[in-house]
Amino acid sequence: MDQTIINIIFVGLSFAIYIGIAIWARAGTTSEFYAAGRGVHPVTNGMATAADWMSAASFISMAGLIAFTGYDNSTYLMGWTGGYVLLALLLAPYLRKFGKYTVSEFIGDRFYSPTARLVAVICLIVASVTYVIGQMTGVGVAFGRFLEVDATTGLLLGAVIVFAYAVFGGMKGVTYTQVAQYVVLIFAYTIPAIFISLQLTGNPIPALGLFGEHQASGEPLLARLDQVVTDLGFSEYTAHNGDTFNMVLFTLSLMIGTAGLPHVIMRFFTVPKVSDARWSAGWALVFIALLYFTAPAVGAMARLNITELFWPNGTDGEAVAIETIETDPAYDWMPTWQQTGLLGWEDKNGDGRIQYYNDGDADMQARAEEAGWEGNELTNFNNDILVLANPEIANLPGWVIGLVAAGGIAAALSTAAGLLLAISSAVSHDLVKGAINPSISEKGELLTARIAMAVSIAIATWLGLNPPGFAAQTVALAFGLAASSIFPALMMGIFSTRINNTGAVAGMLAGLGTTLLYIFLHKGWFFIPDTNMFTDAEPMIGTIKSTSFGAVGAAINFTVAFIVASMTKPVPDDIKELVESVRVPRGAGTAQSH
Amino acid sequence: MSDQSHGTPRRASDGVAYWKANIRLIIGSLIVWALVSFGFGILLRPLLSGISVGGTDLGFWFAQQGSIIVFLCLIFFYAWRMNKLDRDFGVDEE
Repeated sequence: MDQTIINIIFVGLSFAIYIGIAIWARAGTTSEFYAAGRGVHPVTNGMATAADWMSAASFISMAGLIAFTGYDNSTYLMGWTGGYVLLALLLAPYLRKFGKYTVSEFIGDRFYSPTARLVAVICLIVASVTYVIGQMTGVGVAFGRFLEVDATTGLLLGAVIVFAYAVFGGMKGVTYTQVAQYVVLIFAYTIPAIFISLQLTGNPIPALGLFGEHQASGEPLLARLDQVVTDLGFSEYTAHNGDTFNMVLFTLSLMIGTAGLPHVIMRFFTVPKVSDARWSAGWALVFIALLYFTAPAVGAMARLNITELFWPNGTDGEAVAIETIETDPAYDWMPTWQQTGLLGWEDKNGDGRIQYYNDGDADMQARAEEAGWEGNELTNFNNDILVLANPEIANLPGWVIGLVAAGGIAAALSTAAGLLLAISSAVSHDLVKGAINPSISEKGELLTARIAMAVSIAIATWLGLNPPGFAAQTVALAFGLAASSIFPALMMGIFSTRINNTGAVAGMLAGLGTTLLYIFLHKGWFFIPDTNMFTDAEPMIGTIKSTSFGAVGAAINFTVAFIVASMTKPVPDDIKELVESVRVPRGAGTAQSH
Repeated sequence: MSDQSHGTPRRASDGVAYWKANIRLIIGSLIVWALVSFGFGILLRPLLSGISVGGTDLGFWFAQQGSIIVFLCLIFFYAWRMNKLDRDFGVDEE
């Protein structure tokens, strides 16, 4: 059967399941399901949170970034899991005790200030829109491949589907749909990894195969990979090549950002009990870890497979012939992906072969001169295609490829739609109804929500055409923004009784402002290409890249808040009492709606 | 603001002791959290380079797998300890 048809069957089938579950679950009690998570076991809630959380960044993009950089991009692995420790220890149980539905409501009440609530909403919108841009990049890759069109067309088609999905969907609130999405996503991610791990190491568990033996050479897999990539002039896979300070800051930004993202925090507001909020964070991380243990194996094994495909006779032998790429079924993925514009090669020296090597390396330049090569001929390999192309690269059966397509689309769509819902309710409920026009009718509120959704998807799509980075990098910027604004406000709200309204507002504005400024200076104003003054290769301050600035922004937020609070009026006694009550589980009722 | 039902421990001093015990537990857990990720995974990796794991060193393993395992253990340990602490201080939910 034709691969495109298999893909359509898998993607179609998975959607039929989600929609079916949504209809089945809704038919029962609509209002109950809106409060996603209430009455739901912490394990189920954890699984749903995992599906909510793992987006195109984790599924489509992350392993590719690890594959082509190696150890230095372990930051994504530690950052996006370590944040759950912060969430479980510092936020989740207390926000559950507080017992409202949204992050901005907590900030508004704790800092007894509508202004604080408004600023929190703005922070939330800025971080979420940036997050959606990253998702749209992933959507473009997935739909481009799936429909065999270029990535731009894929992005535009994907945007229409995301919009329809988000409008259709209170579906998002249905916990069991998310459980189904999680199941599709995790199978789609691990099954090809198991096949590949068996092929390369004989170990069916990819996480163990990564540290196992490469059967063909008898060496440890990672040692073999280090050897092969350094042979071609690339930096050693397991070595630390980047800047250590930046690596620490980047990891910290991702961790803090995880604990500051409203759509993840919200899930802990509605679990039945405070003690469940603590367990739920743990279960969410269990299900997330299943993918995160597999991701580095996917990256390393794919890098090895790709290198060997281009150097079928070993790195000191002849490179692959163009004729082989065009005729050998093992290379079918290359022409297919070429259509998306995300993979490209060019026979620069006209020898009928494609030499893939690092032409920036001095030793390789000498070898190239001797052999008559005129530069790296694998001219384009977009990191974001790695996971989706991986089963084809490893020559796996058609149904595995179809499954991965379904998983990638599920990951991107569910998170993008969830974020759009969060943005639209923030605009219509918190911004318009809460501040600008409190007397707005329910119909008007709904219309505002739809308009907000349409506007944000239009902006995200437009910016997604020229994304500020690979999907996971753009998402990392969103985490930096959340880290610098939301997390410090929440943490100070719980752990300090001294931070007052003015302090919190000043802190959030300073944190968000400096981080946004730093990002725009490096990635262009509003991410518009070529308007940047600095690059991440040569950052403005020391070695701090724009993706790592969130931790600095958070520190600025804390500092400004403490200084301003110490100079202004102290916190009133009833708010101190509120903080004391949030710290103790007893008396937690069910979550209150607005 | 909605009506808050305040959870009051049996004695005020208990409330302070409960919060202090919680903070101690959080600080202890966060030290481990930082040690395995920023420590073993990044900053202390050169010190661990002598210990080899599957073709590379222990620091690499911590950065890609070990830290995540420890994070999981930490969250479940904290949840278990805190739920016990809630009962000991009589501030758990009935």
